[in-house]
Amino acid sequence: MSMKLTTRQVGDVTVIDASGRITLGEGSSVFRDTVRDLTANGNRKILVNLGDVTYIDSSGIGEMVSGFTSVTNQSGQLKLLNLTKRVKDLLQITKLYTVFEVFDDEAAAVRSFS
Amino acid sequence: MADHQSGATGGVTTEFDSTLESVDSAETMVLDIAQQSGFLEEDLHKIGMAVREAMVNAVVHGNRYNLKKKVHFNVSQAAENLAVTITDEGEGFEPTELPDPLSEENLLRQSGRGLLLIKAFVDEFEMRRASPLGTEVRLVFHRN
Repeated sequence: MSMKLTTRQVGDVTVIDASGRITLGEGSSVFRDTVRDLTANGNRKILVNLGDVTYIDSSGIGEMVSGFTSVTNQSGQLKLLNLTKRVKDLLQITKLYTVFEVFDDEAAAVRSFS
Repeated sequence: MADHQSGATGGVTTEFDSTLESVDSAETMVLDIAQQSGFLEEDLHKIGMAVREAMVNAVVHGNRYNLKKKVHFNVSQAAENLAVTITDEGEGFEPTELPDPLSEENLLRQSGRGLLLIKAFVDEFEMRRASPLGTEVRLVFHRN
């Protein structure tokens, strides 16, 4: 299943609902383009909902890191929501749990944005 | 892609073009074989991840998408394990020169996590320079 991304607004937070596979090629480039477009349009509070993501490879992880860096460099915040056990394991293996703020509850995640 | 199946060893040997489509094909092929030979869902995920990352390394970093270069792919099954050997025709590299993706200064690098993930998902891992050129990796997955 290829990746699908939809965006919605919850207050001043933009939620990206991702589903499918974020892998090298179309999946990772769609993610990159979406984050780039959001920041270009002035969105600085981005919450990435990975609840329906079945698979992320190292390229997909790289795109999330790149998105995080890009948003942070523009004084924004990018946080993660609803990680599956497999994605949590990937963040543990790569030590990116120390980088990303991760939430299991959307309302709490939205409130956390300053 | 040229297929050669060996019934005697339960193995498959084939060649892939240096394309991203080949990465998907290799992943699908090894998952079909692993599933048919009784690996369970969580093991299949690890096998798919490791083979995918190794194929990406071969296609992208080894052969650099050069369509004149092939990725050589072998799956062999034994009673106690499944082994996948992936060989590119690239210039090779020195593993000790790769940045450590877990060091603080590299955590925010966009790339460089492929080998880390492969090693995390296999039971045995070997990497060596192939002859006459390229890099060969061997991934072994034990049956539980």
